[in-house]
Amino acid sequence: MTNDILVFAEIRDGSFKKINAELISAGLNLAEKSGGAVNVAALGGDIDAAIEDARKYPIQKVYAVKNAVLANYSTQGFADALEAVVKQAEPAIVLFGATAMGKDLSARVAARLGAALLTDCTEVDLEDGSLKVKRPVFSGKVYANVVSTNDGIKMASVRPNIYPASDQGGDPAELVDVACDLSADNIGAMVTAIESTAAGRKDVTEAEIIVAGGRSLKSEENFKILEELADVLGASVGASRAAVDAGYAPHSQQVGQTGKVVNPKLYIACGISGAIQHLVGMRTSKVIVAINKDANAPIFQHADYGIEGDLFDVVPLLTEEFKKIVEG
Amino acid sequence: MKIGVLVKNVPDTETKIKLTSDGTGIETQGVKFVMNPFDEYAVEAALQFKEKIKDDATVTVVSLGPDRVVETLRTALAMGADDAVHVWDDAFEGGDMLTNARILAKVIEKIGFDLILGGKQGIDYDAMQTCAAVAEHLGIPQVQIVIALELSEDKTALVARRRIEGGDEVVDIKLPAVVTCEKGLNEPRYASLPGIMKAKKKEIKKIGLADLDGLTADDVGSMGSTTKIVGYESLAQRPSCRMLEGEPAQQAADLVRALREESKVI
Repeated sequence: MTNDILVFAEIRDGSFKKINAELISAGLNLAEKSGGAVNVAALGGDIDAAIEDARKYPIQKVYAVKNAVLANYSTQGFADALEAVVKQAEPAIVLFGATAMGKDLSARVAARLGAALLTDCTEVDLEDGSLKVKRPVFSGKVYANVVSTNDGIKMASVRPNIYPASDQGGDPAELVDVACDLSADNIGAMVTAIESTAAGRKDVTEAEIIVAGGRSLKSEENFKILEELADVLGASVGASRAAVDAGYAPHSQQVGQTGKVVNPKLYIACGISGAIQHLVGMRTSKVIVAINKDANAPIFQHADYGIEGDLFDVVPLLTEEFKKIVEG
Repeated sequence: MKIGVLVKNVPDTETKIKLTSDGTGIETQGVKFVMNPFDEYAVEAALQFKEKIKDDATVTVVSLGPDRVVETLRTALAMGADDAVHVWDDAFEGGDMLTNARILAKVIEKIGFDLILGGKQGIDYDAMQTCAAVAEHLGIPQVQIVIALELSEDKTALVARRRIEGGDEVVDIKLPAVVTCEKGLNEPRYASLPGIMKAKKKEIKKIGLADLDGLTADDVGSMGSTTKIVGYESLAQRPSCRMLEGEPAQQAADLVRALREESKVI
């Protein structure tokens, strides 16, 4: 085993995702302590552009498995390919994004290799050869400090928007093609289609700014005023469970305990009272703004800025104010 | 067709999590434990398949944990599951997700299932590891975070819709397989009163370490685990909220200025 850190690169539609640059930055911190290098595993079908992008980061090697069988994500295909990379690169630590793909793949591969696995971390560190992480548990009600206790390979998935994205620079990283026999016949679950639901917006888990609405929006139609604000800010639209259950917004936008956990730099909660189930999904946001008619709404206890008022008055005015900045 | 459902019992979503005074544990005194909400979708999906297939389909719920999980197994029986298996042994105490998955895979292997369903994650440790690791140990496919699931006519395959960031993947699955369920898949039923009465009398099968070939005390519980929780921390309190005063237009203008100049997020 080396002292190296391997970053599993998530590639979607042929492009190298932002989370990968965040993982490289987390990996560089770890590598400084371990005395190793950061390398990237790039797996997929037609991924030459993503590989070239990856090589521009301050890493040592890009280990690539290019195979048509990996054109779409499959747990088994990607697990076999990543296993082949791990056997060749012999990393001490493998980092994944805490995403649908990263969480699915990391658990499968960790089980196969007998690795230690720490999911959904907001801090990753190395101490006396152990991986030491902080991760939200109980849907973010508390943090757990967790360490790896094994001698062998350690793995962690890191939540998006925590580490700053690494800059590109320096000489291009070495490209290593890794041989791996893959056959579609051995893969029991295959993606046949991918359908976009976000209509041009980033998923709430990836968004830097979120404008979210609660049941006070009163209808699906009224969510348009949040969308108008989101458009000006390049933001995504979130919703409370109450709004989703009332049918005003799709579940893909739900923030909270039975929805998604988000971590944007700005979260604007409009007409959301702040039930614990919602708070746990958004309270690590850097700055929280609450707009609510009820001065006693719990959301104000967790916000940085509050406006006691009717969202139907305030939100359009905010949209106008932000427009001035964006256009000015 | 034999359908297995992995269920977990977790603190109710309303629970305020309190740390023990030394910060090394979670206070469980007075905490209400319920079936993990995502597992309810899994139980419901299994029951709907059983109702659709009619012939000899059975739904077996399996839970690993101390005695309190029996209540969750009874809830699943009351919803309509046929059998329940309680997996526990003192040696299992302190096991992490991957270690527990090794135990559950042995249990599943012993019983034999055509389809294994679970929730996408437990809302306690939010790890999303157990079901994937079970699938790996069984050497069968897994598809997670599923919001739609159809069984083929010949009952050998499924078509699933899996939620990913910004979209859905449509996935063809060959059985046997492990599938984990996301909110939106269905509306879990409530247990009926006759169901509850019937569930009370049902025998719950117990499986311990001695029943599982190839596992020793070194492989399970804290001994078999590769991770360890060393402590907990409460979330940092935010400084108190600054309320913006005045007419709505003033409030909006002040807020935008504050976000730009003070917190510099715009």
